[in-house]
Amino acid sequence: MTDRSKGEVWVFAEQEEGKLAEIPFELLGKARELASKLGVKVGAVLMGEGVEPCAAALVAGGADVVHLIEDPALKVFRSKAYRHALVELIKEAQPQIVIFGATHMGRDLAPAVASALRCGLTADCTDLQIGDYTDKKTGETFANVLHQIRPAFGGNIIATIVNARHWPQMATVREGVMKPLDAAAREARGANAGTVVRHASHLDGVEIPVEVVEIVRKASSVNLKGARIIVAGGAGVGSKENFALLHDLAAALGGAVGGSRAAVDLGYCEHERQIGQTGVTVRPALMISCGISGAVQHLAGMQDAAKIIAINTDRDAPIFKVAHYGIVGDLNVVIPKLIKAIRNKG
Amino acid sequence: MKTYNCVVCIKQVPDTQKVTGEAMKADGTINRAALPAIFNPEDKNALEAALWVKETYGGTVTVITMGLPAAKAILREALMCGADRAVLVTDRKAAGSDTLATSYILSQAVKRFNPDLVFCGRQAIDGDTAQVGPQIGEKLDCAVVTYLEKLEMDGDTAIATRDIGTGIETCRAKLPALFTVTEKFGALRPFQMRRVMTYKNAEPEVLDCAAIGCEDARCGFAGSPTSVNKIQSVVLAGGAFKEISPDDAGIGGLVAELIADHTIG
Repeated sequence: MTDRSKGEVWVFAEQEEGKLAEIPFELLGKARELASKLGVKVGAVLMGEGVEPCAAALVAGGADVVHLIEDPALKVFRSKAYRHALVELIKEAQPQIVIFGATHMGRDLAPAVASALRCGLTADCTDLQIGDYTDKKTGETFANVLHQIRPAFGGNIIATIVNARHWPQMATVREGVMKPLDAAAREARGANAGTVVRHASHLDGVEIPVEVVEIVRKASSVNLKGARIIVAGGAGVGSKENFALLHDLAAALGGAVGGSRAAVDLGYCEHERQIGQTGVTVRPALMISCGISGAVQHLAGMQDAAKIIAINTDRDAPIFKVAHYGIVGDLNVVIPKLIKAIRNKG
Repeated sequence: MKTYNCVVCIKQVPDTQKVTGEAMKADGTINRAALPAIFNPEDKNALEAALWVKETYGGTVTVITMGLPAAKAILREALMCGADRAVLVTDRKAAGSDTLATSYILSQAVKRFNPDLVFCGRQAIDGDTAQVGPQIGEKLDCAVVTYLEKLEMDGDTAIATRDIGTGIETCRAKLPALFTVTEKFGALRPFQMRRVMTYKNAEPEVLDCAAIGCEDARCGFAGSPTSVNKIQSVVLAGGAFKEISPDDAGIGGLVAELIADHTIG
């Protein structure tokens, strides 16, 4: 048994149709930080069919080693095939940390891998750090373990999770939370800063009980992450019809429309517009929050906005605690006045 | 015609969506007592999927929950909606289970019923991990289809439509298969009036870990690799916002200020 504390820090490099997602680069940014604390290498796991050309970008993005598995059975993501190949690779190469994006694929694959390896997994982390840990019950101490930080209980608490006794330590990480290496750092690394190591898939004779028939790609019509101005609504908007007012305001400002989880659950807006712990994290220049009381799970996804205007009838709503400007009033009155003022330039 | 034996895994959860101003204490921590215990929303969608299969193709629906005896409430709700059989797995040995131990215990319970189809909600609103479903699937070593939106049966194969984030996938899964179901599948049907009377005081079957053949070392704290090192309540910093009066003068002034500092153009 090798000393696992010398193991690499791995990132699962999610790709579809030979195109890498953004999330592996965000994870690589974090992995470099973790690996340099530990004095180990950063590995990226690249799986698929004919995906070797993606390796150079991963090296420039921060990988010292790209672990490549190519197999026709891995052409399209299928949970069992990916799980089986990755579990075998982890057993063989013994990384100490494996992080996945908290995407649909990552949230399907990572739990299955953790279940097969009987190791711990923390979902939807917003930060990862290396630190020491003392078990309060036994007094045992562990050096350099992965502290996995995530909101829990609807985002109302922030929990730090450790799994000090099991290898590897695994986590999924929210999209848009970690920062990729910047252009200068990527340029400086170049495509020769790492190596590609090819591994067997171990899929011969393994029955995969799922066959993908068709995939219809959806063009993401909602780009909240990139929006400079966001108008967001919550349960206090009152109806789907009233939500149209928010679209009018966003149109007047050239912004995008988002919603709290309550607004999504009530059917006022689509799921892809959800801002918060289980939705998208946004950092717009201006956030106009309408009828959102401010559950912490929502605030977690928007409180870094440069300017926040809150409109709510309840003066005691938590949203006012993060707002820069507060309007205590009925949004059905306030929003039309805002639109008018914007059209008249103040 | 083939009929299908379905098992649905459900969970009773605190209604974390009710954490608004009223449920927060003055120090910014949560007043948990102010939160009602509810049937986890997406587990209702999972139950609907099973009831739909039973109604369309025939078969049975068994609901299983792991939790305290108070969780019988959601089992009764499931019976009132049309489930045939309800099972509570409750045991002090299960206390402190993380997702790995929970999925182990539930998978042991599910195996007893030898189902063709297993349905779980995509995730529970108290933890939001979405891990237990796929982990039960791994332990059953069956086909796993996450983010299910639509289903059709074709003999020993399920034709499933699922959300993959970047698109919508249609796949064929060989039975037995486990699905994690999203709200897109459709809302749970209402209670049937005659079943409300029959099941309002129904006692579900109660099983402990030993009865479903669990190894102690894989249950509860002992079987959970993860531990919580620290919990911080999220305390919001003070309310130093600038108040704008909700009239033309106040709002006009605000817009002028935002234009002046180039926030809006």
